[in-house]
Amino acid sequence: MESVTKERVILIVCGIAFAVVAIALAAMGNPKNMAICIACFIRDTAGSMQLHTAAPVQYFRPEIVGIILGALLMALGTKEFKASAGSSPFTRFVLGFCVMVGCLVFLGCPLRMVLRMSAGDLNAWVALIGFAAGIFTGVMFLKGGFSLGKAAPTRTMTEGFVFPVVALVLFILSLVTTLFVASAEGPGSMHAPVIVSLIGGLVFGALAQRARLCFAGGLRDTFLIRDASGLITVGILFVGMLIYNLVTGGFNVGFAEQPIAHSEALWNILGMYVVGFGATLMGGCPLRQLVLAGQGSGDSAISIIGLLVGAAFAHNFGLASSAAGTTPNGQIACIACIIVLFAIALLNLRKQSA
Amino acid sequence: MITVDATGLSCPEPVMLAKKAAKDNPADEIQVLVDNATARDNIVRMSRGVSRTASVQESGGVYTITLARP
Repeated sequence: MESVTKERVILIVCGIAFAVVAIALAAMGNPKNMAICIACFIRDTAGSMQLHTAAPVQYFRPEIVGIILGALLMALGTKEFKASAGSSPFTRFVLGFCVMVGCLVFLGCPLRMVLRMSAGDLNAWVALIGFAAGIFTGVMFLKGGFSLGKAAPTRTMTEGFVFPVVALVLFILSLVTTLFVASAEGPGSMHAPVIVSLIGGLVFGALAQRARLCFAGGLRDTFLIRDASGLITVGILFVGMLIYNLVTGGFNVGFAEQPIAHSEALWNILGMYVVGFGATLMGGCPLRQLVLAGQGSGDSAISIIGLLVGAAFAHNFGLASSAAGTTPNGQIACIACIIVLFAIALLNLRKQSA
Repeated sequence: MITVDATGLSCPEPVMLAKKAAKDNPADEIQVLVDNATARDNIVRMSRGVSRTASVQESGGVYTITLARP
């Protein structure tokens, strides 16, 4: 078994690598402060397939496919790949849906929240309050016996490979056909060269698998079992991005005029409350779901489809916020998601054994 | 010897079950069954905090972690 020191060194190296990848992607064309936002990129991918038709946010993001395949390759290498499924899959779909709605009310997944925090965006610091409160709520239900039940190994390994293969085929189609659309302007038009995005995603996914990177899990385990080791990589990513922003003049403290953000504190808090609560119930943030799907979890693949459909609904029905602020529909959906999360949490409490 | 079957569960549930078992049965050796490496690593890390020594055996994709009194 590995020593504590070796484990820490791996986490530190991974944290530095995450910062380097995020910096490289932003420097080579991805939107600033977005770099490798999982929610944004799943949303852009939904748009490229015209599951929604919001013109500024349509682009098939190779980073998403890269993360899934990077996690797959790392898991195959470390023999951690395991085809499994069957832990309340449709509930996970709904959780994924709610988490995406929360992300798009706030404008970013937990990863982007950290990137925004490192660039001085105080709205993201406000949102962190909601994120932590959401995780804390989830932790209370976990302590009370919340469980989505056991996943079982599937009869063959096939189930575990279906999702990565589908992602790869769609990626190839995005390269060799004109089936998928791409934004002419807006965030969707801003992207690094495909090969850079793919490699960045592969590296990020492989190391996220190795480091078990999860933006919700780090705080969750700190609250739940006083284990803060999951925060090491997140902390290093934050510090790395902070230094980069300070050196390049990208650091700009304030609430107003932040890239692709709004300043409605209540909805930044409630949006990330949904994300923190939902991610805790489904066992990980959107990034972690991509990694788990890459290492064979059919349940996480369903969560990602929930995120994808959630993104499509968010733009088709005007739930997603913009730099101009939240929308009435988004506010209603955000409250509805909180009610749904409480219902799921309450209805999945198992009897305490003792 | 207390056995906790946490196969099929993903973290944090296995580590919570293991910790609870260790707390409720301070005098006993505890065996925890898990089927993913994340749960294995988390339980081994948790064992240091509850003054137990962990040893791991793997068979057919299932890890058996024995939490012994030092």
